[in-house]
Amino acid sequence: MRTPIAYFLVLSAILFALGTTTVLVRRSALRIFMGVELQLNAVNLTLVAFSRMHMELDGQILAFFSMVVAAAEVVVGLAIIVAVFRRTGSIDVDEADVLRG
Amino acid sequence: MIDAIGLVIAIPLLAAAVNGFFGRRLGRWSGWLATLAMATSFVIAAGALLQMLSLPVDERTQVVSVADWITAGAASVSLNLRVDPLSITMVMVVTLVGSLIHLYAIGYMEHDPRPGRFFAYTNLFCAFMLTLVLANDFLLLYLGWEGVGLCSYLLIGFWSDRPEAARAAKKAFITTRVGDVLLMLGLFVMFVHFGSFSFDVVLGSEGSLPVIATSTATAISLLLLGGAVGKSAQLPLHVWLPDAMAGPTPVSALIHAATMVTAGVYLVVRSHVLFEISDVALDVVAIVGLAGALYGGLASIGQYDMKRALAYSTMSQLGFMFLAAGIGLFPLAITLLVAHAFYKALLFLSAGNVMHGLHDEIDVRRLGGLKRDMPWTAALFAAGALSLSGLPPFSGFFTKDSIVELASHDGDVIIFVLGSIAAMISAWYIMRPFFQAFIGKQRYEGKAHEASWLMRAPLLVLAAGGLFIGLSLAFTPEGRLATFLEPVLGPVVEGDAGPSTQVLIAIAIALTLLGFWIAWWLYGPSKTEQWISFPEREPGMAGALGHGFYIDDLYAWVVSNVGLRGAAFLAWFDRTVIDGAVNGVGHLGRWASGLAPIWQSGRVRRYALSFLAGGVALLLYAVVRI
Repeated sequence: MRTPIAYFLVLSAILFALGTTTVLVRRSALRIFMGVELQLNAVNLTLVAFSRMHMELDGQILAFFSMVVAAAEVVVGLAIIVAVFRRTGSIDVDEADVLRG
Repeated sequence: MIDAIGLVIAIPLLAAAVNGFFGRRLGRWSGWLATLAMATSFVIAAGALLQMLSLPVDERTQVVSVADWITAGAASVSLNLRVDPLSITMVMVVTLVGSLIHLYAIGYMEHDPRPGRFFAYTNLFCAFMLTLVLANDFLLLYLGWEGVGLCSYLLIGFWSDRPEAARAAKKAFITTRVGDVLLMLGLFVMFVHFGSFSFDVVLGSEGSLPVIATSTATAISLLLLGGAVGKSAQLPLHVWLPDAMAGPTPVSALIHAATMVTAGVYLVVRSHVLFEISDVALDVVAIVGLAGALYGGLASIGQYDMKRALAYSTMSQLGFMFLAAGIGLFPLAITLLVAHAFYKALLFLSAGNVMHGLHDEIDVRRLGGLKRDMPWTAALFAAGALSLSGLPPFSGFFTKDSIVELASHDGDVIIFVLGSIAAMISAWYIMRPFFQAFIGKQRYEGKAHEASWLMRAPLLVLAAGGLFIGLSLAFTPEGRLATFLEPVLGPVVEGDAGPSTQVLIAIAIALTLLGFWIAWWLYGPSKTEQWISFPEREPGMAGALGHGFYIDDLYAWVVSNVGLRGAAFLAWFDRTVIDGAVNGVGHLGRWASGLAPIWQSGRVRRYALSFLAGGVALLLYAVVRI
């Protein structure tokens, strides 16, 4: 017997909510980054779950793409964080607001 | 010579050009060139006059066609000169008095560094003045009219390094402009009604009256009168004339006494047909004239500056001319104009001799007893004063007093009484500066040098003319000049109301002698201490007379208060409302653009929250749609 799709979706929603909350309430760029990763993986989990439900591979392939892109994004994102830290001595995102209008 | 009348204008114009372009090289010869040009014009004009006198009376009006000037659609204006008894009279006055004043000016301007410029302006003035009087249509007349106004401006401000001269020039130009605009409006109405500016159409020809409604004629006449009032310095546009004395004295004599200021009288007399159609306009002319005669006379009494006194006297005399025109005595207005040109030029040039001999001193309080140092000038001034006052057999009696006399014969008691008072005042105001400046004790420093022969000879001619021209031109009210002018101006109709002529002559002589006696009683040699301190003794009266009843001050007050406050209000309106609206649009844009960056906080977490809110909103939308 298969595990019902609802379990996956609920887990995914919990993970996504955790990630979102982390992004919204944390001020450290690294923690926000971790929140974003959590959101990404929550979505990946949904993709895989739906893929299995429909017995098709499209969703799993998309999940792989997503992970690859996320890896690249991590590289870029961490590089930006390191550059900001070198410049300002802080990774507090509330202080990095020079692009305000 | 009538066919060559265009040369009368062309020669001074040419001389003006030569003096204007080569005046610096000509040096002191420029004056002789200018005088020669005027004298040549005079000879041609005299030839034309003689030729005209040999013609029968009904052929004396001739139109000399020079060129087509403006052709626009159906309307065309030709450059035609009209030679008739009226215009030839004016031409004779302008060229003869002009020649004499130019001759005098050679001596007067000998120390001036720029005689070429001066004589270029005066010759140009004469050319425009002759254009004005010779024009056969109102448009060409208007050209001359504006031209003399321009030359008047240039010559009043000739000594442009003197601030008061520059101010006076501007004042004269702007004040007469008020009248010129009215004249221009009159010409517009005229053109709308007649479709032409030609005298033949507008004023009728060969005894036929122009076809025009009384109301239209009144409108045109009053607008023309507005122009005349500005040019001839009558109330209420007279304020420029006394200040115009800041110009060189020959200019005062030529432009502001003998010729240009009489252009207004000429305009009214020339358009007499229109004025006669409208009784209202003629009455207004008479009222303006009477008011000017009285006002000018009274204001003249209060002046210590001899030239200002003469300027107000000119205004008074022009008032008499308008009065004559207003009661229909057009030939008498012209007769007075001719005589006045001579004796007023004489008076001004005598005052010029005083200025020339005494380093520009012209205040009678600092003159006195000049007859010892300047016997010629004193005698010449006395001749001018006698000519102006109404003592027979001199000109004033035959011109000024015959106007009053004929008014009485017409039964105009009010005009007779007020005119007689004005005539009495004219004897008073003209003897006053004579007594003050030429007799009594000497009050100036040093010795005044008598004018040179060059500056005396023209005055002798003017004196002879001033004293006796009235006698020769107007021995009887229907005298010779009036008869000569009859083809243009119609006959002088003499009524038989009121006292007889003998009584009126006696009254006129008595009033003139009364004026002399008042002048002697107030300003005689024994009264010097009193009149010199007059302002302290009677501040109200002397102030009122000396300031011309404060009309100038009233205008200054109106301009400075109403005008400047109005301007200040407009400036405020501009700054606050107009600029406010324009700047307000800018401020609105800036304020609105200030709202937008609230989203652009630069804070990543807010952006994230915005994403979330957007995502939730989309989801809700999707849910609601389903």
